[in-house]
Amino acid sequence: MAKFFAVTIILIAVASAVPIVMHTWEAPADISTHGALIDEQMSETMLEAGISFLAAQIILAIFIWQFSNPGPDARIKTFPGGAKGLVIAALVLVGAEVMALGIFGTKAWAAQYFTPPAADAMAVQVQAGQFAFYFRYPGLDGRFGPIHPDLINEGSQNFYGLDPDHDQDSKDDIVAAEMAIPVNKEIHLLMHSKDVGHSFYVPELRVQQDFVPGLDVSLHFTATKVGKYEIVCTQLCGLGHYNMKAYLEVMSQADFDDWLKKEAAMQ
Amino acid sequence: MHDMSAHAAQHHAPPTSFIRKHVFSLDHKVIGKQYYGLALIAVFAGMVLSWLMRIHLAWGAAPIPGLELLSKNGAPAGVITPEYYLQLMTMHATIMVFFVLTTAPFAAFGNFFLPIQVGAEDMPFPHFNMMSFWVTFTAFLVLMASFFVPDGPTLGGWTQYAPLSAVGKVAGPGQGTGVILWAASIAIFCVGQLLGSLNFITTTLDLRVKGMSLMRLPLSAWGWFITSCMGLTAFAVLMPACILLILDHVAGTSFFVPSNLVLNDQLQPHSGGSTLLWQHLFWFFGHPEVYIAIVPGMGIVSHVLITSMRRPMLSHRVLIYSMGALAVLSYMVYGHHMFVSGMNPVSSLAFSFPTLMITIPSTIIVLIWIGSLYGSKLRITAASLFALGFVSMFVSGGVSGFFLAQPSIDIMLHATYFVVGHFHMVMGVAAMFGIFSGTYFWFPKMTGRMMNETLGKIHFWLSFVGTYCIFMPFHYLGMAGNVRRYSAFVDDYTMRLIPVHKFITVAAIATGCAQFIFLYNLIHSRFKGKPAPDNPWEATSLEWSTPTTPPPHNNFGDKLPVVYHDPYQYGVKSSTGDYVMQASPEQVATPHEEK
Repeated sequence: MAKFFAVTIILIAVASAVPIVMHTWEAPADISTHGALIDEQMSETMLEAGISFLAAQIILAIFIWQFSNPGPDARIKTFPGGAKGLVIAALVLVGAEVMALGIFGTKAWAAQYFTPPAADAMAVQVQAGQFAFYFRYPGLDGRFGPIHPDLINEGSQNFYGLDPDHDQDSKDDIVAAEMAIPVNKEIHLLMHSKDVGHSFYVPELRVQQDFVPGLDVSLHFTATKVGKYEIVCTQLCGLGHYNMKAYLEVMSQADFDDWLKKEAAMQ
Repeated sequence: MHDMSAHAAQHHAPPTSFIRKHVFSLDHKVIGKQYYGLALIAVFAGMVLSWLMRIHLAWGAAPIPGLELLSKNGAPAGVITPEYYLQLMTMHATIMVFFVLTTAPFAAFGNFFLPIQVGAEDMPFPHFNMMSFWVTFTAFLVLMASFFVPDGPTLGGWTQYAPLSAVGKVAGPGQGTGVILWAASIAIFCVGQLLGSLNFITTTLDLRVKGMSLMRLPLSAWGWFITSCMGLTAFAVLMPACILLILDHVAGTSFFVPSNLVLNDQLQPHSGGSTLLWQHLFWFFGHPEVYIAIVPGMGIVSHVLITSMRRPMLSHRVLIYSMGALAVLSYMVYGHHMFVSGMNPVSSLAFSFPTLMITIPSTIIVLIWIGSLYGSKLRITAASLFALGFVSMFVSGGVSGFFLAQPSIDIMLHATYFVVGHFHMVMGVAAMFGIFSGTYFWFPKMTGRMMNETLGKIHFWLSFVGTYCIFMPFHYLGMAGNVRRYSAFVDDYTMRLIPVHKFITVAAIATGCAQFIFLYNLIHSRFKGKPAPDNPWEATSLEWSTPTTPPPHNNFGDKLPVVYHDPYQYGVKSSTGDYVMQASPEQVATPHEEK
C-alpha cells in the first residue's frame, strides 16, 4: 500500500504541473505598459514554487516507498546532516528565494503604486454602486463637478448626484455606462464608491483595486492594444455582485474623440 | 508544574447524575467529545452547503429537490437564487472555519488529551471548561437560527466586510437580522474560545506532572498550547469588533460606516466611520485564525507520524520553535489580505516581507517531517496515511502562498479561485486530514474500541485523490482570472472555465459521499468495534499509560504518573519492544534524549 501511495503522490504532483507547463488555463494576454513586470514576477514565482512543490512531493513519495514496513532487523537511520542541515537549507535556500522574490516583486508593485501619473495623464472618474459602474469624463473644462450624495437618483439617471444648474464644473461633465479610453495614453482613474465596497478588475490590464467607501483612491495605467475588455467587480457587494460588470473599449485617439463627442451630445 | 492550589482546582468528584455525566459535565474528556460531536454535526452541515453551492455553480438552472422547503424565497422550485447562493456560501465558510476547523483539532482533541498528556486530573477551571462548550454550542444555534429568519442568513461572506455588513437591510437580503445574528454568534463563540484558551494555557503551564518539563511535552500538546496563546489574543480582538458591528446596526453608531453613502437612492444616516477599520480588526484575528486551525493539526500529525515512524523527529525543539515562530509571525502578516484594499501601498510591502518570511518556519517544519521519514520504520495505518496526506496537502497549499504573499502578483490573483484553492488546501483540507488522523489514532483511547482500519484506508484513498481533484483546479481557475464569490459566471472570459467547474462539482460530490464511510465507521465502531487494548499503536506518551481505556474519571486512578523520559523514545531496545513509555522508570540506552 505504501508503494501505491508513493506512486499516487507522484502522479498527482506531475498531473498538477501539466496544465501549468502546457499553459492550459492562464491569464488573458497583457495589454498594459506595466503588466510585463507582473507577468515576469508571476513566471519567476511559478518556477520557484513549481520546483519546491515537485521536489517536496517526489521526495516525500520516495521516502514513503523506501522506508515503509521494513523487516524486523532494519535499523533506524538519521538523515545525513540531521536537523541542522535541513534548518540551514531552509534558512539559506528558501530564505534567499523568498527575499529575492520579495525584492524583485517590489519593482512591479512600485511601477504601479509608487510612481505618480504623468502630468498629462487623462483623468477619468469611475463610480461603483450596487451593481453597476459609471464613468465620468470632465469635459472641455478639465474639471469634475462636485458630487452631491443627496441628489443621487437612479430613476432620473443622476448617477453621480450632479447639479449642473448650480455647479459650473458639472455642466460639461460626461457620464457613461461604458469606459472608453485612447490607446497608448496614460489614464488616471479616480475611484469613488457610492455605497459599499467594490473592486475594479481588468485582467488584461493587470489592474485590480478596491473602491473604499468614504475614501477616494486612484490608479493609473496605459493600455497598449485596441479592443473591448471586461471590467468586473471582485469585492463582494451584494446579491448582484456576479453580474456587476462594464466594458472597457480601448480605441484609437480619433475614435475616442468621436466617441466622446457622441456621449457629450447625449448628456 | 503541579502545585497544591492547582491540584485542588482541577479535582472534582465523579458525577452521579445523567445530566452531570453527559450534558453539563465538568470532565474534560466528556467536553472534548462534546466538541467533537458539535464539529461532526457542523462539518456535515457545511459539506451539504458546499454541495448546494457546487451544484448551482455547475448547473445553475437545475432544481434541487426539497431545497424550497428550507427557503421558499431563496430557492423557489428548488433553484438557488443569486442571493441565496451567497447566503449558503457565507454559512458554509462560517460553519467550517469556526465550528469545525477551530473546534475539532483544538477544542475537541485538546480538551480530551492535553490534560492527560501533561499528567493532570483535569483542566484547572472545569466550570469554565464546561461553559466554553455550552457557549460555543449556543453560538452555533444562534448562527443556524439565521436560516429561519425572514430574510435568511447574511450574504456578506465570512469576512463580513463593512459597510455591506454594517448598513443594514438596505444592503440586501440577510444584511439586517442575518448580520446581527452572525455577529452575535461569532462574539459568543469568541467567549467560548477565550475560556477554552485560558484553560489550555494554565493546564500546560501549571498542571504538568512530576518530571514533565516543557520540552518533554508531546508535540500535540505543544500544538494546543501555542494555539491557545493565539486564541487568547486573536479572539479577544474579533469579539469587540463584532460588538461594534452590532452597535452600528442597533445603536446608531458608525464605527464602520463613513458619511455620504447612498443605497437604493437613500442617503444613509451614518458618518465618520472607517470601512478599512473593520478589515484591520477582522484580519488581525483572521490570519492568526489560519494558524489556529492548522497548528493543532501540525502537532497531531507530528505525534502520529512519530509513532508510525518508530522514531522521534530529527529535532523536537526545532519543530516547537518553528510552530512558535508561525504563531508570532501570524500577527505580522495579516495585511496581505488587504494588498488591494486601498490601504497605503507602502504598508503592502511592509506586510509582504513577513509573509514571505513565514515560508521559512513552514519549510523547516516540512523538511523535518520529510527528513525524519528517512531511515524510519514507517507503519502504514489509516492514521499515518492521513498524517502523510496532511504533509502533502500542506506542501501543495503552502507553495501557492508564495504567490499571494507578493502584492504585485496579488493584483492578478486577489479575490480569484486561486485564493480559494490556496486556503482550502492549506487550512481546510490539511486541517481536516489532521482531524482524521487524530480520530483514527485516538479513537481507541477515547471510546475503548478500535475503528475499522480497512474502511479507514478506503476513506483515505477517496479523500486524498478527491480533494486534489477538487482543489488543485481552483488554482488554474484563479490564474485564468475566475473571480470567487460569483453565483454564476457571466463574464465572457469565464465561459471556457465552466467545464472545469463541472469537473470540480462531480469531484466534490464524490469526495463528500466518501465521508459517509467515515461517519459509518465512526458510529459503528463506537458501539460494535473490537475492544481496544490500552496501547494499540505501541506509543509512548502519557495518554497510553492510563490504567483503563477509556481513561477513568480522574485519568490516572489513585496515583499520578511520574515522567522519566522525553516523549518519543522509539528505536530503542526495552522490555516492551522498540519503545519506552514516558511514565516507565525503565532505563535503557536512549540515543534520542535531546538536551
